[in-house]
Amino acid sequence: MTDLAALDVIILDYDAGNLRSVVRAVERVGARPEVASVGAALDEADAVILPGVGAAADTMRNLRERGLVEPIREYIAADRPFLGVCMGLQALMTASDEGGDHPCLDVLPGRVVRLPGSQHDGQHDSRKVPHMGWNRVWPRRASALFDGIPDGAYFYFVHSYYCDLSEADDVLAVTEYGVELTAVVQRSNLAATQFHPEKSGAYGLRIYRNFLAGLGSAAA
Amino acid sequence: MLTKRVIACFDVDAGRVVKGISFVELRDAGDPVEMAAVYDREGIDELVFLDITASHEHRNTVVEMVRSTADRVFIPFTVGGGLRTTDDMRLMLESGADKITINTAAVQRPALISEGAQRFGSQCIVVAIDAHTEADGRMRVYTHGGRRPTELDAVDWAREVVERGAGEIMLTSMNTDGHQDGYDIPLTRAVSDAVEVPVIASGGAGDSQHMIEAVREGRADAVLAASIFHFGTHRIADVKRQMQQAGIPVRMERADYDDVL
Repeated sequence: MTDLAALDVIILDYDAGNLRSVVRAVERVGARPEVASVGAALDEADAVILPGVGAAADTMRNLRERGLVEPIREYIAADRPFLGVCMGLQALMTASDEGGDHPCLDVLPGRVVRLPGSQHDGQHDSRKVPHMGWNRVWPRRASALFDGIPDGAYFYFVHSYYCDLSEADDVLAVTEYGVELTAVVQRSNLAATQFHPEKSGAYGLRIYRNFLAGLGSAAA
Repeated sequence: MLTKRVIACFDVDAGRVVKGISFVELRDAGDPVEMAAVYDREGIDELVFLDITASHEHRNTVVEMVRSTADRVFIPFTVGGGLRTTDDMRLMLESGADKITINTAAVQRPALISEGAQRFGSQCIVVAIDAHTEADGRMRVYTHGGRRPTELDAVDWAREVVERGAGEIMLTSMNTDGHQDGYDIPLTRAVSDAVEVPVIASGGAGDSQHMIEAVREGRADAVLAASIFHFGTHRIADVKRQMQQAGIPVRMERADYDDVL
């Protein structure tokens, strides 16, 4: 059993809003995270969490201004433990359609595209955008990230764009909102969620715990 | 399938929940943080805190409440009341709120909506609309806690706030609010059909049947209630079970933090 309190957990701060919630969630599962906004903080980290809300263009601009783009890319390329949350997932993609055509970190091949919304047509329920609220998440394969979490557990989503991944093997879990959406990505020590685990009650916190507890045991 | 959300709303005055509370499990029935934790355990999907004093002297009290809530409750919550600038919004979001809600300030200066959306993302910006259906059928927007009529039509205003970047609309009917006789279905449906973003129905919840109607007939994406939960006449889990039995997708699981962690 990993001693979570002994881990050097870095939560990246790039002016992206909901930092405090992520910090509190990670503390609640027994770790002692540090908030950092410089690339050097990644050198000694046991795990890095990239949170985020807002728009892709702002996210990338903030990451660039803080000199975080290359350190993040190198960190992930070295297969060190990394968790992206919401915008922290979308930022990993090749490019995003949000507000134009914005190149992203290009760690995960694929594009971030607009959710297809629809209005109530008298028979079928509307699909509002943003996709906002609790939706069920279905893992496609076994992973330590979902230890203790039942298939179809509910997680809290809020997003208007989603990740259309080129490599199906990167998709760990999906949800359904008119189309099947990527809910969780995992590739070896890299994991990322479209939903907000820090806002998804007990099972959300369990995702953080599983991520941190699984360090060293790598890909399931 | 995305579930329909059941949201509890607290009116907070100087850091205390107002409106009579008779929820037996609470050690401190007026403490919003304590109540938030209990409602989370009961399976509420989301919480809204409205600071009804909304004065600058009390701003620190509200920030403290937001911080304490974020420390204990790991579900989304919205804070509103007296927020007039993007710096006001930032203070709440940094303290741990997931969304902020604006009402009168948005009517007085609609650019505030787009400024907030640009700075924090649309998903954080909830515009609250108080509307009253007049004798001639017109759905008129009111401000200042329902005291001041405007010339705005609720549906037109809803379209405009979305255009300006609102990510969600919290729609309260002044006709039905406080009566516990059901939500305003025509108003809710008119607004929900007019906009692409989620609409929260508010005002008039008396039982689960009203919530079922708000979703089915009113096409609401979420239903908000205060008194029926605060007075303990309806338990959150019971309401959600009845909604589920009526065929509405709701989140039924109530996982306990200590059990899961």
